[in-house]
Amino acid sequence: MNGETAAARALAATGVTIRPAGPDDAVAGVRPRWVALPETPDEIAAVLRASAAHDLAVVAAGGGTKLHWGAPPERCDVLVDTCCLNEILEHEAGDLVVHVQAGVPVETLARTLAGKGQELALDPPPDGGTIGGLLATAIAGPRAFRYGTARDLLIGITVVLADGTVAKAGGKVVKNVAGYDLGKLFTGSYGTLGVIADATFRLHPLPAARAWVTAAGTGEMWSAGMADEIGAMGAAVAGSQAEPSAIELDWPDVNGPCSVAVLVEGTAATERAQAVRDLMGEKAQVTDDPPEWWGRLPRPAEGVLLEIGTVPSRLPAVCARAFVAAGATGARPAVRGSLGSGVLRVALPREIGPDALAAFVGALRAEVGDAGRVVVLSAPEDVARGVDRWGHVGALALMRRIKDRFDPDRRMSPGRFVGGI
Amino acid sequence: MSDAVLDRLAVLFGELLPAGAVITDPVRLRTYECDGLTYHRAMPGIVVIPDTAEQISAVVRLCGEYGVPFVARGSGTGLSGGALPRTDGVLIVTSRMRRVLEIDLPNRRAVVEPGVTNLAITEAVRDRGYYYAPDPSSQQVCSIGGNVAENSGGAHCLKYGFTVNHVLGLEVVTPDGEIVELSAHDPGYDLLGAFVGSEGTLGIATKITVRLSRAPEAVTTLLAAFGSIEGGGEAVSAIIAAGIVPAAIEMMDALAIEAAEAAVGCAYPAGAGAVLIVELDGPRAEVARQFSEVERICRETGAFEIRVAASAEERAAIWKGRKSAFAAVGRISPAYIVQDGVVPRTALPEVLAGIDRLQEEYGIRVANVFHAGDGNLHPLVLFDDGVPGQGERAEAVSGRILDLCIEHGGSITGEHGVGIDKSRYMPKMFTEEDLDTMQLVRCAFDPRGLSNPGKVFPTPRLCGEVPGVRKGVHPLVESGRAEQF
Ligand SMILES: Cc1cc2nc3c(=O)[nH]c(=O)nc-3n(C[C@H](O)[C@H](O)[C@H](O)COP(=O)(O)OP(=O)(O)OC[C@H]3O[C@@H](n4cnc5c(N)ncnc54)[C@H](O)[C@@H]3O)c2cc1C
Repeated sequence: MNGETAAARALAATGVTIRPAGPDDAVAGVRPRWVALPETPDEIAAVLRASAAHDLAVVAAGGGTKLHWGAPPERCDVLVDTCCLNEILEHEAGDLVVHVQAGVPVETLARTLAGKGQELALDPPPDGGTIGGLLATAIAGPRAFRYGTARDLLIGITVVLADGTVAKAGGKVVKNVAGYDLGKLFTGSYGTLGVIADATFRLHPLPAARAWVTAAGTGEMWSAGMADEIGAMGAAVAGSQAEPSAIELDWPDVNGPCSVAVLVEGTAATERAQAVRDLMGEKAQVTDDPPEWWGRLPRPAEGVLLEIGTVPSRLPAVCARAFVAAGATGARPAVRGSLGSGVLRVALPREIGPDALAAFVGALRAEVGDAGRVVVLSAPEDVARGVDRWGHVGALALMRRIKDRFDPDRRMSPGRFVGGI
Repeated sequence: MSDAVLDRLAVLFGELLPAGAVITDPVRLRTYECDGLTYHRAMPGIVVIPDTAEQISAVVRLCGEYGVPFVARGSGTGLSGGALPRTDGVLIVTSRMRRVLEIDLPNRRAVVEPGVTNLAITEAVRDRGYYYAPDPSSQQVCSIGGNVAENSGGAHCLKYGFTVNHVLGLEVVTPDGEIVELSAHDPGYDLLGAFVGSEGTLGIATKITVRLSRAPEAVTTLLAAFGSIEGGGEAVSAIIAAGIVPAAIEMMDALAIEAAEAAVGCAYPAGAGAVLIVELDGPRAEVARQFSEVERICRETGAFEIRVAASAEERAAIWKGRKSAFAAVGRISPAYIVQDGVVPRTALPEVLAGIDRLQEEYGIRVANVFHAGDGNLHPLVLFDDGVPGQGERAEAVSGRILDLCIEHGGSITGEHGVGIDKSRYMPKMFTEEDLDTMQLVRCAFDPRGLSNPGKVFPTPRLCGEVPGVRKGVHPLVESGRAEQF
């Protein structure tokens, strides 16, 4: 009996729905052989046990919106699609806590919670997505400035390890220091430690009101002075007592104007927005709706997407550097990011090509130094082949040791993560 | 560990560390024999008080060479025995590492050494309108290193979160003596998040980058007296249901009020079955509006007296009774156990009723003080250690309270940690698989189990080779670290 058949039989014997994979199931260009559709954590465990027995590599998927993120897996046999784990298991409004399965779409959860006047205070991922995917990629939106990121709101997690062990950590109370916080470890781990089955979050009341203050069209073209001006504006707003929730920058084209927009939410939002406006200058306007670019990734989405994280005061210089470095390659980057939390996303057309991309990333890494990160979030493999997508990671040796304990045979999303983990 | 090994280590430490940094004199060792949980005691084998991360690294490496366990200690205020020393080991005390290394207000962060006290951080930036948000009641004394290890909380964590939400980076000496940086900026696994709250079992934090918060524009504090604890509980639920997240909501029951009155004369309204302290902070306009709503809710849920602090002094007066509560019960009881458990907020009434039943069943009094907003209970179990059997009964009540917390979907600790005190409750809250999985993290950091052994986990498994057939080069070999196994 050949291995392929034996593996297929073992998967079938789990009783979990299994289908052959098609071209649409590719993970960063690598096509798996099967797609498994488990409906419970135990079914995930059954699939992972069968995979362990037959040395199959496994990638977990949620909505599939970020599957092109990260490096392509070295190999991928089974795609564990969590779409059938789509139940909101418990929402105790009085406790401001929700327990959800990994496959629940973020938008669905938001609608349900809104019905009770509550929210999970994470911005919906730019192209939709599931709770599991949100956790696995740890993508943060504008409101991270006030509420933190997924790791800050996650209070409990159930995971399935490579050998099929089902384990949980944390719980369903906001305050809890019993045991190691595995939730933190799995958040942003790109599926390399195991499959997230369900998660529990602390919630917030839906803000009574929201107001945006936007200073649009600052300047005509990039100049060093402008970068400083923007930096100063960001710092003033971040240090204000109006408790802004987000401070965002949009600079779609080096040859065009840029905007800064600030979100204020909660009680007395309008008054507080006025206070923010006083800091942003005459031209700033208070509106009830966000600018059209709010919370979206810079375009072109199908090209190369980078993320830079550093201390907020460095952002203007980094931004300037991005424009200069890109100018040298002939590419025109679009920049968008969070002035308050020090995160910038830069989009480049895929035509930039591998050499220019490597030079661009190198220039940015030199600028940021060890005060932050420059990560290639997504890029076609042929364009990214010349760069280390993740860059230098201080504690890489420890991370390898973690990976080795959780997944000694390197079957969970192998090669997708830092240092080829 | 044989005395000869410790003697040898003491000599080697003496060569590495400055004069006076190595303690072996039994009289001086005794200072360190317990932390805030005083009924567990052990004489440390050796105490070292280093000045730098490099010195800690050298000490830890030597411990590794000789297979000697080590325990970190900050200010020793921990309430779960986390810093309980090992007679066969080394206690590494951070009290000489007290420098604030950097204050970076434009980026709202500070870099400090682990021995800096929690309050000292705030004091360093207060006059510029900033503060460090997590505020354990022990903040004048406890170290930020200890806070990181325990993921400490405080009354204001309801709105602002815990230590883990305010630490942006760590320098850590790993159990094999390496100095590594864990940063919130770095891509890769969130080892920073995993380290915070690990109670000294994953290494020693030697430098901490903390987030600084802008001091709120306005603060209002209200004290509401209720006839019963149920009334207070109802008010808490209604405040949350109204979509208000106060900075703090604290509650005390009649017995706790009685104790606080005896100790500090806090003059809370007479005849109160419970008092609620609600503090709102933030932008002035927001606080003003939410405050009138909170006041209305308290009246509607039966508060018979409401006091509002109009000044910093009046605010301090309101908090005085609450802040003194732990120590205060000493005035009404010869001995007591401070418990720390968590329940979902909505389960509070049931759990409090359960605690009442336990008091009757065991003939033991319990004073209740709690962070009502997040369901974190601090029952103070009172007993007379002069009466035979009372200590055991109090201990039993204290344990049964944790059972109640677990039954209601809560936790065995909200902020004091597991330490030595609660490791035996871990299997009640977690399955064997859960604990084994946590152990994987321990084994990755500390395969030989030398960093604060015996804490947090009940008799952990040894970090043997992980089962499973390996293919290709072992990642540890690849990274040039395999010789350590
Ligand atoms: C009166 C009183 C009130 C308290 N109130 C609160 C409260 O409101 N909220 C709260 O959360 N806690 C509270 N505590 C508990 C205690 O103060 C905290 O747990 C505090 O963080 C301990 O700090 P420490 O410096 O005293 O640590 P220690 O007691 O010295 O050590 C605690 C643990 O941390 C480890 N450790 C210490 N330093 C380091 C380091 N640099 N690196 C790695 N591990 C280290 C130790 O090994 C030990 O496991 C209170 C305690 C008392 C006595």
